[in-house]
Amino acid sequence: MRKRWHLNRVLLLLVAFTAFAVFVSACGDDDGGDSGDSADSGNGGAVGLPEPNPDFFDQEEMDRQLAQRSMEPEDFGAGNDPWVQAIEPGELVDTSEYKKDGPWNICFSNASVDNPWRQTGWTTMQAEVELHDEIGNFEAVDAEASDEKQIADIRSLTKGGKCDALIVSPNTTATLTPAVERACKTGIPVIVFDRGVNTDCPVTFIHPIGGYAFGADAAEFLVENVPDGGKILALRILPGVDVLETRFSGALEIWKDANIELVGNEFTDGDPAKTKQIVSDYIQREGGLDGIWMDAGATAVAAIEAFEDAGQEVPPINGEDQLDFLRKWAEDDLTAIAPVYSNFQWRTPIIAATRILSGEPVPKEWVLPQPAITEDQLDDVIAQNEGMPPLHYALCGCEDMPGYPERWQG
Amino acid sequence: MSTSAAPVPEGPSGVGEGAPSALQRVFGALRAIPVVWYLTIVLWVWIAAINPLFAEPSGFLAYLKQAAPLAILAAGAFFVLASGEFDLSVGSLVTVCVVVAAAISDGDPSKTWPVIALLFVIGLIVGLINGVVTTIFRVPSFITTLAMLLILDGAVWLYTSGSPKGALADNFREIGRMGIEVPVIDQLPYSVIILVAIGAFSAWLMRRHFGRQVLAVGDNDRAAALSGINVTRVRITAFVLSALSAVIAGILLGGFAGVTAQVGQGLEFEAITAAVLGGTVLGGGRGSVINAMAGALALTALFSWLNLQGVSGAFEDAVEGVIIIAAVAVASYRLREGS
Repeated sequence: MRKRWHLNRVLLLLVAFTAFAVFVSACGDDDGGDSGDSADSGNGGAVGLPEPNPDFFDQEEMDRQLAQRSMEPEDFGAGNDPWVQAIEPGELVDTSEYKKDGPWNICFSNASVDNPWRQTGWTTMQAEVELHDEIGNFEAVDAEASDEKQIADIRSLTKGGKCDALIVSPNTTATLTPAVERACKTGIPVIVFDRGVNTDCPVTFIHPIGGYAFGADAAEFLVENVPDGGKILALRILPGVDVLETRFSGALEIWKDANIELVGNEFTDGDPAKTKQIVSDYIQREGGLDGIWMDAGATAVAAIEAFEDAGQEVPPINGEDQLDFLRKWAEDDLTAIAPVYSNFQWRTPIIAATRILSGEPVPKEWVLPQPAITEDQLDDVIAQNEGMPPLHYALCGCEDMPGYPERWQG
Repeated sequence: MSTSAAPVPEGPSGVGEGAPSALQRVFGALRAIPVVWYLTIVLWVWIAAINPLFAEPSGFLAYLKQAAPLAILAAGAFFVLASGEFDLSVGSLVTVCVVVAAAISDGDPSKTWPVIALLFVIGLIVGLINGVVTTIFRVPSFITTLAMLLILDGAVWLYTSGSPKGALADNFREIGRMGIEVPVIDQLPYSVIILVAIGAFSAWLMRRHFGRQVLAVGDNDRAAALSGINVTRVRITAFVLSALSAVIAGILLGGFAGVTAQVGQGLEFEAITAAVLGGTVLGGGRGSVINAMAGALALTALFSWLNLQGVSGAFEDAVEGVIIIAAVAVASYRLREGS
């Protein structure tokens, strides 16, 4: 009896496994991240492009951003500092109604400090506060990447009128919009920076040129450096964040007419281990890759290591201004570009707050420069950042600030 | 490899018919090999068919390098499961090891070995706490180790706010990424050497008194205690072994991928899945550590195979769930037979 049962069980398992295997093979093949329909190779020959997400694809905005990359900014401060420059400032906002005597209480609702870019920026912002004597109190709350917490944080900050101005870096766009609107209604000036919200009520919205430009910079670089019909893998952090989604949309727009094949677009959660695993898997699956597009550079080194471990040459890749990537780029003589999501933008909200509370005008939409780091600038940038930790961001705009470099050396 | 004896062949009359023929002996031997090895071999062959690089030494060793941390965790999980307990804290312990190593060494190669020693001390303490709270304070291990998971996770978050500081030194990372230069196959990864060493050590341990005691305690701890086994000491040792396996896995994973605060997420369930796939019974008392490690090899091969079929990573969690249910069902089927 026992013999037969054992045999039956093994057979049952094998049959179940075969059925499972057939099922997986049938519905497996064309998967790749959360793509829509696969576009056919039409005009120009790009293969494998998904449909861009309509929530994060604004043709007009995209064209505007692509054009802004080559515009001269206007200065809103002394010298050539990019964090006080604005591109196409347009009509300035009259802030005389907010003029107030110091010392001021500035409040800040921070989405999170859960990645090195935000950590660098947060350190920079705190140093900026020290540069302004008129700021008496700076109260900041960390929402720990939770929408619910941030909504509660904003509510508690704006209750009781203790803030003269509120700075918000929203965790996600849609969910935080009502909370920002409620904050505006309390009558204090609200400054939004980094990720945006879907409302006009803040006095100013500070951000670098934008995601379309970032994604396009990287995509154009790949088109120039990847051979015809080359296989590109797109790595994205997570869905639903406007600054990241627009980067991918920008890239799709550039690739529309390019002769490349997008073999996949995967979410990495910003995790180096997952990034490395995904890249290794694709290298195995495709036999090799001709280019890597990333929507952010924190895990770029992990992607590079995947090629090293597979014994393959690193193809053209984009990263960001995180020092570990820049140093690896220089050391290994890679073909790369580093678009930046200007880390120095963490200085501007404090500066804007002081301007507003002094009654000085500010642009309604304060577009900061977004300079990509190219091959010829690489050596200078690295020399300038000698001794800084690998997770530090080169374009922090913090070199002349109190406490540099120790404060940013963790 | 298996702990069960080959079945006595039956003739048509249902009575033992004397010496088995050669063919029957072969079949008997084949049936005695646990299913997990068949699964593993089938997957290896299939993967090699799709991706010929897998059949080459460098490709196969890369696969072993990837599977090694999980296999080591599965060995640790085996000791705890076999003694009748659960350890859900290993994933967070892996994360703690990577984060602490990065923060303290900050890229300085001279600090690597002292830091590794510190990690083992941390693992020892965590294992002891898990063991003592479960045995002496009689808190169910599921709860104890779940609480430890939360404590360790919370500690990591408190320290890093989600973004780890520092960096791992190059020589630290070598352990998980590099290997010995060897003729013919180019590189024998350190992680594979460590994997084989742990496998050999675990198998040796199971053959000693301790191994028999672990299975006895898992099978029926009252009977084990009455027959003179120090159940408390056996279980605490099992938890310590599990924690130390997490430290080793952490060193390998940190080396492989670099610093990240999410490296250990979900690893405790992967380790248990691997052990169960390898025939370890969840109630305790049965199983083999080598088969548990084979379960890890099979699981990693399965994920590789899924990847080659073009299935994205989100599917992996679902697959793990299906496997654990199926494996538990098969195992309890077997238990009911009373073998």
